[in-house]
Amino acid sequence: MTFTRRTAMAWAMGTVAAVFALSDAMAQDQPPIRIGSITTLEGPFATGGQDAYRAMEMAFEAIDYTVGGREIQWIRESSNATPDVALARARKLIEQDEVDIIIGPLSGAEGIALRDYSRTLTGRTIINGSSGAADTTLRDPSSNFFRFNTEGTQWMAGLGTYAYEEMDSRHVALVAADYAFPYAQVFGFMHEYCELGGAVTKLWSPLNTTDFSSIIAQFPSDIDAVLLIQGGTDALAFLTQYAEVGGDLPIIGGSITADQTLLSARGPHQRLMEGMVAAGPIADLNEDPNWQDFVARYRERWGSEGFDSPSIHAVNYYTNTIAVLQALEEVGGDLSDDQAAFQAALAEIEFTAPTGANVRLDSNRQAISDIFLTRIVNDGGTMRTEAFGRTPDVTQTLGMDTEEFLALGSPSRDNPDCPPAL
Amino acid sequence: MSLQFFLIVTLNGLTLASLYFIVASGFSLIFGLMRTVNMAHGSLYMVGAYVGFAVFDPLYASNTWGSQAWLIAIVAGILAAALLGLFMQVAFLGWMQGQELRQALVTIGLSIIIADQLLARFGGNPFQFFAPDMLFGPVQVPFIGRYPVFRLFQVGLAVAVGIGLWLLLNKTKLGIIVRAGVDDRQMLAACGVNVPLVAATVFALGAGLAGLGGVIGATAQPMALGVDARFLLMSLVVVIVGGMGSIGGTALGAVLIGLAEQWGQVLFPTYSVILTFVIMASVLAVWPQGLLGRKPV
Repeated sequence: MTFTRRTAMAWAMGTVAAVFALSDAMAQDQPPIRIGSITTLEGPFATGGQDAYRAMEMAFEAIDYTVGGREIQWIRESSNATPDVALARARKLIEQDEVDIIIGPLSGAEGIALRDYSRTLTGRTIINGSSGAADTTLRDPSSNFFRFNTEGTQWMAGLGTYAYEEMDSRHVALVAADYAFPYAQVFGFMHEYCELGGAVTKLWSPLNTTDFSSIIAQFPSDIDAVLLIQGGTDALAFLTQYAEVGGDLPIIGGSITADQTLLSARGPHQRLMEGMVAAGPIADLNEDPNWQDFVARYRERWGSEGFDSPSIHAVNYYTNTIAVLQALEEVGGDLSDDQAAFQAALAEIEFTAPTGANVRLDSNRQAISDIFLTRIVNDGGTMRTEAFGRTPDVTQTLGMDTEEFLALGSPSRDNPDCPPAL
Repeated sequence: MSLQFFLIVTLNGLTLASLYFIVASGFSLIFGLMRTVNMAHGSLYMVGAYVGFAVFDPLYASNTWGSQAWLIAIVAGILAAALLGLFMQVAFLGWMQGQELRQALVTIGLSIIIADQLLARFGGNPFQFFAPDMLFGPVQVPFIGRYPVFRLFQVGLAVAVGIGLWLLLNKTKLGIIVRAGVDDRQMLAACGVNVPLVAATVFALGAGLAGLGGVIGATAQPMALGVDARFLLMSLVVVIVGGMGSIGGTALGAVLIGLAEQWGQVLFPTYSVILTFVIMASVLAVWPQGLLGRKPV
């Protein structure tokens, strides 16, 4: 048969009619909800990404993959922490797998890429996984991108004040990696610390620096603490080399400084590490019953396969996933009308994260939640972080008016600045 | 800028250069005799450190051997890297002598396999050796003040390695054979010298130096997967700057790169990573043989 325009029209109309008939018939037995997810199972954050999926699996298993009477189909994708790969995988999820909802990604630049991609979609929703760049939701937000975890600047809430008031610190040397995430963290710390009158001498180094001896040599003689915004092996290298020159000033850490790399490694750095204070969205040791319960369930489900304690990425992915599930439950699994009811429910929900922190969204669909002050303790031979303080309801603008906060400018190498008086 | 600060940063550069020299001298040795561009040199560095640590860790925890653990780890690291190097030369590189592209590809393949094997066997967590108490902590240095004694030890070790290699190449029969091999392998073989045996010996020696560097390096800085690429790149840059197959050139190259890294970090931290490559490019533009390399005859 020749395929003319007329036959094509007939075919198309027939298909449309068939689809309508089918959807009528299936009103009682609705099709599954397809949830896609992206995390980093490749590249530098592979272990964190793996842990994120452990937590997501727990969230789905707890409701037996059913919400609002509809079955959940979970399609997992992986990125390698670069924005172009995350974007390609998101396109694959939307275009080939035809998912309704994406949960992800894990790292900062990826989050901004997916935020921009979400703008091109109608009737689909992207919910962040664990990425923590401030601008994803602060500047130029997208109406169908939601983030139920807090970000890099929020994570430092309370630390600057603690350093100034409780530690009596007046001048710190900042040792930080020279890229966007540390800028956000430094901004959060200095926002409080400089306001109170503290001074900061900044010493930036490229990511993956292994020899910090010349950075240490530049420490001014009158500093009373070191602010270390480094992660992984970089933090380990600094602390070891600082111990080697006999350094003994207190260390103030960033939110990713006291990670498993540092806590599980043995060596001379341990002497400096014990007692290190930091701030962030989670702590290994936290009295809150929600956390105790989550850790117990995590250990029971994953045993020796998982970490000793759920990682920051596991908690963030879990928090975002239960937000999705709760909103789906509220609308009875209704994703019709371009997901309007679902997105409205997401924007309104309020719930308790596994850390025990209350979570709700601001008008940019960014989480307002609690931040913990943490301290590294020796817990029966194992180094762990312990919560000793809590700043409730930290907003992305750190409690300031939005306009006023935006006027402070984007965090950068030179912003903010409060050098010591000469 | 105070004199003290100037001296500290310069000394930091020299101590870093010492580590680079130990690793790159093995690379240079192998290249000098066999014209083999061993792209798995960084892997040998890593194997030395990982095997050394596998031996070190249980010993350090035990009471009887705790104080000797580090020295035993050094021996284990050197042996492991040397044996692996020997195996590489005998099983793969020996019979493709002269086919440089093929050797380069084979060694790249080996480095990927080795990295994955180490990940499977030891996992992805970083580790670090603890130097014996004698070598840990600060000492007083004139004009400088407190300085880590281990970094000074690194300089001493590098000087010892340099002198040792110089004596080996210039004052022994093996050295005469090696140097003859650089000029004319066929004539050397015609003189009755077992060239494959010499080649295997030199390869093992070069690999052993990488293994030594691995344990020393993993005492000064944390060791993690991925450093193989860093140290391979560093070895290439040092040898290209200094001149292929010259011990003096390797030392000069290492000092230049070490100082550039440390001073770069102080003077313009954001762009310090490119400084080493700027040096390499400039040297190649003016002296294509490297600073102390021999002109082709």
